[in-house]
Amino acid sequence: MDGVGIGRSLARIAHEILERNRGLEELALVGIRTRGVPLARRLAHLIREINQHEIPTGTLDITLYRDDLMRTAVGAQPVIRRTEIPFSIDDKRILLVDDVLYTGRTIRAALDALIEFGRPKAIQLVVLVDRGHRELPIKADYVGKNLPTSPSQSVQVHLTEIDGRDEVEILES
Amino acid sequence: MRKDLLSIDDLTSDEIYLILDTSEAMREIGQRPIKKVPTLRGKTIVNLFYEASTRTRTSFEIAEKRLSADTLNIAVATSSVLKGETLVDTAMNIEAMAPDMIVLRHASSGAGHLLSRICRSRIINAGDGMHEHPTQALLDAFTIREHKKRIEGLKVTIVGDLLHSRVLRSNVKLLTKLGADVWVSGPPTLVPAGIERFGVRVSPAIDEAVAGADVIMMLRIQQERMRGAFIPSLREYFQTFGMTRARVARAKPDVIIMHPGPMNRGVEIAGDVADGPYSVILEQVANGVSVRMAVLYLLAGGVDVD
Repeated sequence: MDGVGIGRSLARIAHEILERNRGLEELALVGIRTRGVPLARRLAHLIREINQHEIPTGTLDITLYRDDLMRTAVGAQPVIRRTEIPFSIDDKRILLVDDVLYTGRTIRAALDALIEFGRPKAIQLVVLVDRGHRELPIKADYVGKNLPTSPSQSVQVHLTEIDGRDEVEILES
Repeated sequence: MRKDLLSIDDLTSDEIYLILDTSEAMREIGQRPIKKVPTLRGKTIVNLFYEASTRTRTSFEIAEKRLSADTLNIAVATSSVLKGETLVDTAMNIEAMAPDMIVLRHASSGAGHLLSRICRSRIINAGDGMHEHPTQALLDAFTIREHKKRIEGLKVTIVGDLLHSRVLRSNVKLLTKLGADVWVSGPPTLVPAGIERFGVRVSPAIDEAVAGADVIMMLRIQQERMRGAFIPSLREYFQTFGMTRARVARAKPDVIIMHPGPMNRGVEIAGDVADGPYSVILEQVANGVSVRMAVLYLLAGGVDVD
């Protein structure tokens, strides 16, 4: 998937979001660090271009909620970055944004983290790539592209804001 | 990170910056409606305090609770220490109940190192005698960086009872490691011999030491550790080394004034300076919780392999 493909997918998702959600005042975007953050910002930008509506956008770091922390006796702890949700999520429809949906464990952690900030009316999941192999009963509401993969492969999303280019790669390990 | 945090010597400058950056993220948790994350669920942390402490013990306990650890406090006044149990025996008994970390405050320098050798639990030094108080230096560095956006190249002047201060030793090690220009000043009786070897400049003239300073850090006159006549009188000490508005005026216009607490108003610092616009003393206390959360989180992970 190249830059054009990523752009098309996000444009389609922006339209789908508007189609499915009446009452834009209730909507808010929350990007999961790291690559969910620029994706959430791009969606906010696309929605503004379509109907001039500004959707509040926040950033969530889920590290402290991971279920695999402290399971090994060696190696450093994962680095924690700031969570910034500069609005109340109470009674909002939250669009949770991530780059790749795989086992579902990141999303589980994100749901736990998010719910501690308040009681949203609903949470919907937006992902650029769904690569399958779920380990938890979690499913996305908006998917950029379904990529059939094997568990031995890895899917790497590159975004201009972080990596200098837009591309989705499947790597053999 | 190593197994324990006993001294600033245990940390590389990269690790210090990692702790400061992690503290930034931890601070946000303290601003949430629900100030708690599940990260250290199921971990047991014992706060073993052999010396009086309000700030440090409360700060560690709040940090532990915000990370969901199970905490218990052992204050010596109510423990078997009064019945004559030694530190090692107390520690071995606590260790037998398999805690994950022990936060130790003790009047003897090196108490943490002693426990480190016999305990499987991770040891965090919360102040050992006149030796070190590493989390205090880390929260001071965090506070300085927040105001000055850097530590390297700053003139930091530390004034007061240098001899008895573990805060001084930890701060000097940390600040020189990160490239600050550290000056110390105090009465010659309270300046430890050979302190220049730590890479600091010593000036018995406080006015010279504070001139152009970016940061002034005041240390408490520790009368409880003084066995002898180190200063003629508290009033004379205030005249010669107390931080007054006139002395603050010699520093940079955007100087910040720090104090690790507890303060002796009218001895090392004038009340109007402690409460004045340059004072960041209560910010230090607030930052202490974030920094200790960062230390607990980072130490709870695996040990480095090297």
